[in-house]
This record gives sequence, structure tokens and C-alpha cells, in this order.
Amino acid sequence: MADSHGVVAEHAEHSPYLRHHFDSMEQQFDSATLGMWVFLLTEIMFFGGMFGAYTVYRSMYPGAFASTSMHMNPAFGAANTAVLIVSSLTMALAVRSARLGSQKALQLFLVLTMIFGIAFLVIKGFEYHEHWVDDKVPLFAGHWDYSNTKEFPHQAQYAKQAQILFCFYFFMTGFHAVHMLVGVGIMITILTMARRGIFSHKYFTPVEISGLYWHFVDIVWIFLFPLLYLIGNARKLI
Amino acid sequence: MSTALQTPEVAESPNYLNSEYGWRSWLFTKDHKRIAVLYIISITVMFFIGGIFASLIRVELLTPQGDLVNSDTYNKFFTMHGIVMVFFFLIPSIPATLGNFFLPIQIGAKDLAFPRINLLSWYIYIAGAIFALAAIVLGGVDTGWTFYTPFSSTYSNTFVITAAVGVFIAGFSSILTGLNFIVTVHKMRAPGMTWGRLPLFVWANYATSLIQVLGTPVVAITLALVGLERAFHIGIFDPAIGGDPILFQHMFWFYSHPAVYIMILPGMGVISEIVPCFSRKSIFGYPFIAGSSLGIAIIGFLVWGHHMFVTGMSMYASLYFSLLTMLVAVPSAVKVFNWTATMFRGSISYDTPMLYAFGFIGLFTIGGLTGLFLATLGVDVHVTDTYFVVAHFHYVMVGGMVLAYLGGMHFWWPKITGKLYPEGWARFAALLVFAGFNLTFFPQFITGYLGQPRRYHAYAPEFQVLNVMSTAGASVLGLGYVIPLIYMLWSLKYGKPAGNNPWKAKGLEWETSSPPPTFNFDTPPVVTEDAYAYASESSHEESHHG
Amino acid sequence: MARQVDYLYAYLGVVTIVMTALIFAAVFFFAVKYRRKHDDEIPKPIHGSLILEITWSIIPFIVMLSFFWWGAQIFFANASPPANAMDIYVVGKQWMWKIQYPEGQREINELHVPVNHPVKITLASEDVIHSFFIPAFRIKHDVVPGRYDTMWFTATKPGRYHIFCAEYCGTEHSGMVGWVTVMTESDYENWLAGGGTEGTMADQGGRLFEQLGCSTCHELDRQGRCPNLRGVYGSRIQFTDGSTRVADDAYIRESILNPNARVVQGYKADVMPTYQGQLSEEQLLQLVVYIKSLAITGAPGAPTAAAPAASTGTRQ
Repeated sequence: MADSHGVVAEHAEHSPYLRHHFDSMEQQFDSATLGMWVFLLTEIMFFGGMFGAYTVYRSMYPGAFASTSMHMNPAFGAANTAVLIVSSLTMALAVRSARLGSQKALQLFLVLTMIFGIAFLVIKGFEYHEHWVDDKVPLFAGHWDYSNTKEFPHQAQYAKQAQILFCFYFFMTGFHAVHMLVGVGIMITILTMARRGIFSHKYFTPVEISGLYWHFVDIVWIFLFPLLYLIGNARKLI
Repeated sequence: MSTALQTPEVAESPNYLNSEYGWRSWLFTKDHKRIAVLYIISITVMFFIGGIFASLIRVELLTPQGDLVNSDTYNKFFTMHGIVMVFFFLIPSIPATLGNFFLPIQIGAKDLAFPRINLLSWYIYIAGAIFALAAIVLGGVDTGWTFYTPFSSTYSNTFVITAAVGVFIAGFSSILTGLNFIVTVHKMRAPGMTWGRLPLFVWANYATSLIQVLGTPVVAITLALVGLERAFHIGIFDPAIGGDPILFQHMFWFYSHPAVYIMILPGMGVISEIVPCFSRKSIFGYPFIAGSSLGIAIIGFLVWGHHMFVTGMSMYASLYFSLLTMLVAVPSAVKVFNWTATMFRGSISYDTPMLYAFGFIGLFTIGGLTGLFLATLGVDVHVTDTYFVVAHFHYVMVGGMVLAYLGGMHFWWPKITGKLYPEGWARFAALLVFAGFNLTFFPQFITGYLGQPRRYHAYAPEFQVLNVMSTAGASVLGLGYVIPLIYMLWSLKYGKPAGNNPWKAKGLEWETSSPPPTFNFDTPPVVTEDAYAYASESSHEESHHG
Repeated sequence: MARQVDYLYAYLGVVTIVMTALIFAAVFFFAVKYRRKHDDEIPKPIHGSLILEITWSIIPFIVMLSFFWWGAQIFFANASPPANAMDIYVVGKQWMWKIQYPEGQREINELHVPVNHPVKITLASEDVIHSFFIPAFRIKHDVVPGRYDTMWFTATKPGRYHIFCAEYCGTEHSGMVGWVTVMTESDYENWLAGGGTEGTMADQGGRLFEQLGCSTCHELDRQGRCPNLRGVYGSRIQFTDGSTRVADDAYIRESILNPNARVVQGYKADVMPTYQGQLSEEQLLQLVVYIKSLAITGAPGAPTAAAPAASTGTRQ
């Protein structure tokens, strides 16, 4: 994570970005990063509540769980994982560029990160569409059907619990997708600021804390992917 | 008694109140002090709304029959009373008002770490309050503030989602306040203000902030799931399709138990400021009071199951929760003993803040001890879900928290407004609050043990006499609340000027003007002494009892 | 047990009163004795005392442990009904208590029990969470939908005592009240002899067993598709995933509503249909009592005709 960059801006010329209630850029930077870490802690508790409830139901209904896991498409999940990991790399490179004061590189990496973020959402969209067509969306009447099919001849017995598990799947990935969307919005904001030449090696706090947020959203996915798509998946990977 | 320093009335020094005028300068302010004032106004309004519901409840309960309003309406009264009081008064109260105002000043900072997030926090509070008020105006909610499923998720025909959204939104306000406080205390202390010199009010708010940040997201997701269940008619907590209503309770209480510590810890912080000041003596056991705040915050996360002893939870889980609940009582007891010991060989004055502190110490002791009845498994089986519980939590929340809030408001009113409130009326109101409160809630311990269940619109006739006493007490208590509202507003225009330090108190806030300047200090402070250093500088005798 | 609760309550009360009095007295006494005499006085600071802090942490904690211990004992006793307890079945629904006796009587909001005989109540909910509370006996237990809960007591004094619902359950929560009548042994015999007009719960359960087609597989099947239920109740069952469980009321209920949750070793999944949504909680209890009756050798296989005697209990 960030160590403080050695510049001290306490004397006569102070950065126009130093907010009046702070004594130094260093204090401002440290406060912003601590603030973002605390915020991410609250996000862990938020997702944690959902993960916890999901785990409880999964352990209560192992049969239903095995059945629902057959409907998850690990190909989509894997693609999304790859996209996010690469986007975290480009985000880290963006932060590094900001630190070095390389404006062009910063903008390039921000754009790439954003593209990967949007790619994630598009892939997710395809995945949700597949579930919609397959009638695996319990939230909407008419798009939930868990009766026996040729491909899955024994699943009707699990319909009721599968509904709960699928709800959790949509909530967990849905809340995650919302966070990704917010992340893309943040990228646009930071990019706009970068294009106005605001960042330099003396001041790049918003890039730093956006990076933290982005990495966090990535990490949540890193937990979601194996939990929802890999563990106990009774279906062979393509 | 307090003496007001002579300050020239004519030329008012520039301060945060007169630095800018106009509604825009208030609604778009970044000054933590102005934001605190905005919160004071908002939560006072919500308090009186919650109070109106309380009055309606007490009037209905004068008679055993449900004859004032019908059952559905009564059920909405107690639900709205709970939701408004818990989420829109008690949780924000001291942190968002006195904490916002004084935490930066007490540590020698110019503002909180994130002033715009502070303002956002207030906006979010207002948005949440609007949803809650909408739920009331549209027709109300009748699930109880605890939203137990499957009643709330499937059976209730009221505006559950609207209310849940209001609470969800208000939760973010709480999270952001906590986040702001944590970063501020870590990063913005003035030179010389070490952790060991922090005023205990700061320690209390810091511990509270930890709970706010860790606990609130869990209730957010819990209520979100209930809302989604209702909206989409899917079953997460619905047993008919294999959902578990007890899972809801675990998730709900995982936050809502620590939430009660969010409510009480700041109040304890206020008492820790008032008692040394009006004993004119350093607090006894500083490290233990600071440590106990953290201890309560941490252990408070481990005891939620004590709300669920009769749900059929496993025996071993019940044993564990009972034991841990006994443990969490210890740090609270330690605080009470330390405050009392502070008074020993002190120089006690009876100003209104101190009267509220006396009340707090006594009533919180009763409230806390009756909590032990509830923590004790065999007894809890009998008294849970009765008026005993209602009495217990009102003793700690009103007898404790509200008294601390009133005490803190009186203590710091001169600093916030630059004016003194009228001491005579203030003492009278404090006595009314104390007497009215006890008359309202003590009888409820008795009716609870005798078997009167809570949330009952009509009750068995043998409980009537005690209920009438309770309602009588409530009217006295209500009067005790209204009187300060009146004289404090009056004092804004007609109160005597307060001067920098009417109480001769220690603390950085008393070294700046009343009201303080916008950036809190004319020159940034450097701290050289411990908190509560009331002994005069010339005599450095410090006796340590070992 | 109720008396134990009262004694413990009294002990808690005494400690509370003593502690409260001590604190009030200390605060009052210090406030008076150390009242400020002149405005400039500054008392000597006393910063703390480690010994005092340790003492006043440990001693209260030890006292609290005594509360915990005694409370836990009562709680454990509450959870262990004696083997000779008589069963009564209570179904809570918005906003009434429906009580069924194995002998067949049914009542609404009224419970009749003999004095000095342990009674075990099995609780079920048809809708939301309720709570069955008898203040005079110092007991209550939540009634949670989707499962069975039990509580037990032994009434020691004849009389009529309140029953209250103690978990908010909607509009008429405060109307969901009733009475438990404790009768002497002989009075209770007389009352019981009134009987229900539909036969015992086991009889009613047996009729359901036949009507719903259960007997087709569980009694008459010769192909080994499903386990015969004679002697099942109370035995330890092994399941296909290797786990085992003693067949109790909750297991029977689960098997009827969610048959594939646990499949008995040697049998296939997905054979028994689910009866979720087709049976009320009361009917489920009748089936449970019927299957329980099959555990006794020589128990009736076919339902008997309903006893045509006058009924004293309220019919649903």
C-alpha cells in the first residue's frame, strides 16, 4: 500500500489541493487512505452478511446446492475473473503512473481499467441473460422454473430451496455488479480529473483511494467465483 | 455556582455562528459545528415525533381494553415509536450533535477529517428520515422496530419496505459519521495530544465509531434482504419454502445488540466529562474508563443471542451468550464505580449538568443490573417479551442515554451558543425528568414480572393500576422534556452571555471563545497536560493510591 | 421450577437493590459531604488505584457467575422433560391457540391439565412466530413456523391461569390469550372421559395416512420402495450420506414435507412426493402421533370409528 511520498509541503507554497483543515499534504493523504480502508471494512461486513447467510443455507441444503451449482456457468465466471484480475493490474499501473507523474500513462491505464470494468459488466449481462432464458430467475414470476428436464431429470425435488440459493446468487453477484458500476463511474471521474492535469507526484490521493476501492471490488469477486462457480460444481468445466 | 466572565456585549467576536448568514451558508456548510447544529435541530424534531407516539401508547394503556384506537393502529404506534427513537434519535444523538461539535475541538483539530462527508452524512440522515416519515404518513408500519420475519416479510400489510429503506439509508449516515471520527482521531490530533491524553468523551466516541462501522452494514444487508423478499415474493426467511426466520433474528441482533452500545457509550463519554468538571477533580481511573469503552465495543459484538433464549436456539449457544453477557456488564460497572470515586474528596457543585450526571449514574445502575436478570437464562425465560424488558431498556436508554444527552446539552450549551440557560428552570426540569421517568418505568418492572407481555394493545385487568401510574409518570416526563426546549430557545435571544469558560472546566473546547471561531482556534493548540488536570499548576502533588 | 425462578429472581433483586442503594448512597453522600464551599477550591487529584479496579471488576463478575450458574441450571431443567410426561399439542396461528390432546379432544385457547403430572407441550405455528407463555408457571417458548418446539411443566396447584402469546404476531396479538385449567386427578379423568368425537389423535392420523395414500407405500408396498413405519419412531435411522438421527417428531414432520432432505439408507431419492402445502400443522401432528403409535407393538393399523360420546372440549 502507500507509503508517504517524501515531499513535505508545509512551507510558503502550499499545494492548491491542500484542504484548509489539514496541516500538511501528508496528513491529508494518510487520512484519505485510512478513510478508504475503514469504508472498505464496512463493505466487508456488508458482503459478509450475505456470504454468511448463503453459507448457512448451503450447509442446510447440500442436495439443493449441488443441483443449483449445475446451472452455474464457470466459463462466464472464469472470463470475468480474468478480466477483473487484468483490470486490477491496469489500476495498479495507473496508481504507479500517477506517483511518477506520467500523465499519458495514467490516462491510458485508467481507460483500460474502465474498459475491463465495462467488459466485466457486459459478460455478466450475458450470464444473467442466459439465466433469464433458462428460467432461473426467481425474482420474476414467469422466469423461474425448476421442474425436471431432460438435462436435469432429478431437480424438481429441490425447487423450493433452489429458489433461496438462486436468490442469493443474484443478490451477491448483483450487489457486486452494482459496486462495479460505481467503480466504473469513479474511473470516469478520475479520468476527467486526470485530463485536467490535476494529478502530479505531489498530489494523487484520489487515484490512490480509487485504486483501493477497485482492488476491493476485485477481491470480493475472487471470493465469489470459487464459492458460487467452482466448489461443488457438479458440472464439468467446458 | 457558575460565574459568567465579563465580556463586552457590544462587539461580538467573529465566531462560527456569525461568520456567514443565509440558508445556503447553513445547508451547504462544511463546518462541523454548523453541521452539529443542523443535527441538533433534526434529531430534536424526530425525538418529539417519537415522543408523540409514546404519549399515544401511554394514553391507550390507561385502560385494559383497547378502546382508544384499534389494534392495527396501536401496533403502528409502538412500531413507529421504536423505529423513530432507535434509528433517528438514539443512534445519531450524541455522536452527530455533541460529537460532531466537540470531537475535533477536544483533540485540537480545525475540523473533522472529511467535512464534506460530514455534510453528506446529514443529508443522508434527512433522506432516511423522510422515508421514515413517509412510512408514517402513508399509513404506518406495524412490524415492531425489530421487523421479525415471516411477519414483516410476508404477512404484514403495511409500509414495511418504505420504513426499511428509511432505516437502511439512515444506517449510511451512521457509518459515515463513524468513519469520519475514526480517521480524525487517528490522524488529526494536535501536537502533544497523545492517545493517553484524549478526553474520555473522545475515547467514547471512538469506540462507538468502531461499532458503527462494523455493525451497521449487517443490519443494512438484513433489511435489504427483507425488502427484497417482500418486493419479489421470494422466500429467504420464509419457512414455507425452507427459509429460516431465526436466521433473520441472528442477523438482525448481530447489529442491533452492538447498536445499543452505540447508543450508550457516547452518553457515558459525556458523564466522564461532566463528573470531573463539577467535582473539579481529575477523573478516577482514566485508563480503565477508556479501556472499558473499547471492551464494551468489542465484547458487545459477541452477545447478540441473549435476545433469542426462547427461540429454540441450541443449549450450548444459550449458555455461551449468557456467560458473555455477564462479562460485558463488568466494564459498565467499572465506569460507574470510577465516576463515583471521582466525586470522593472532590468539590461538588450542583449545576444542572451534574444533576443529570447524578441521575444517569443511579438510573444506569438500575438499568444495567436489570439487564443481568435478562442475561440469566432461567429468569429470562419468564421475563423476556414482557414489560420487564421494556422497563430495562428504557432505564438504560432514557434514564441513561437521554439524561446524558440532556446533561451534555446543558454542559456545552454555553459553548455552542455563547449563552447561558436559566439555571433555576433547568434544575426544575431535571427533577421533573428524574421523577417522571421513574414513575413511568418502575411500575413496568412489576407488571412485566407479573406477566404483562409487551406490544399488547389490550391487557389483563389486574395490571391496570400500575399502568395508570406509568401513564401519570409519562406526563410528568413529557413536561420535563418540553421545558428545556422552551428555555433553551429563549436563551438564544435573552440568555446571559456565557464567556469562554463558565464552568471553569478543563479541556481544549473551554480555551476557545464561546461560540468558537469557525476554525476552532485562533492559534493551533499544543497540548502539554493530561486530560482533567484540575489541580492547580503550582502544586504538583499527585497522589496515587495503590 | 417456577419457585426456583422466583428464588433466583429474589436473589437478583436483592443484589440489585443492595448495589443500587450503595451507589445512590455513595453519590448522595459524596455530593453532600464534598459540596463546594468556595468557588476557588481545588481538591487534590486522585488518579486511580489498580487494586480497587481489580477488586471491583472481579467481585461483581463472580457474583454474576452465580447468577449465570443458577440460571443455567433452571434452563437445563426446562429443557429436559421427564420420560413420563404426557403430551399435548399446541398449534399457534393468527390469532388463536389450537390445542389437541392425544385422546382426541380439541380446544381453542383453553388447556386442561392434571395437577402434579408433568406435561410436555409440542408447539407448532401455522403462520408467523408466536410465543406460548404461562406466567404462573414461569415459562414460555417461541413457536416458530417450519419446526417443532417443546416445553414442559408440572402444575402444582389447581386453578385457572393466564396463557398469553408473547411474540408480536400482528393485529390481534394481544387477543391471542387463553386459560390453562389445572385440575385434580379425578376431575381431569372425568374431563378426559368426555373425549373428542373424532377419535384419538392417532385415529385421526391413521385416517389421514390412508386418505393421503401413505399406506400404499409405507404399509402395503411389497417392492421395497419405501420403509415400513412400524417401530420407526424413536429408533436411530441411517441415511444415504452416512449420517444418523433418532426419529423424533421433527424428523417425521420433515420427512412428510421435504422427503428428499434425508433419504434412508437403502432407498432411493425422489420417490416420495412432498406434502408441503397440503396439510395443516394440526394434521401433521396427528400423523406424527399416529406414526408414534406404530412404535408400540400391537398398535392399531387401521383407524377405529370415532367414539360417539359427548365432547367437553371446544371443537375447531
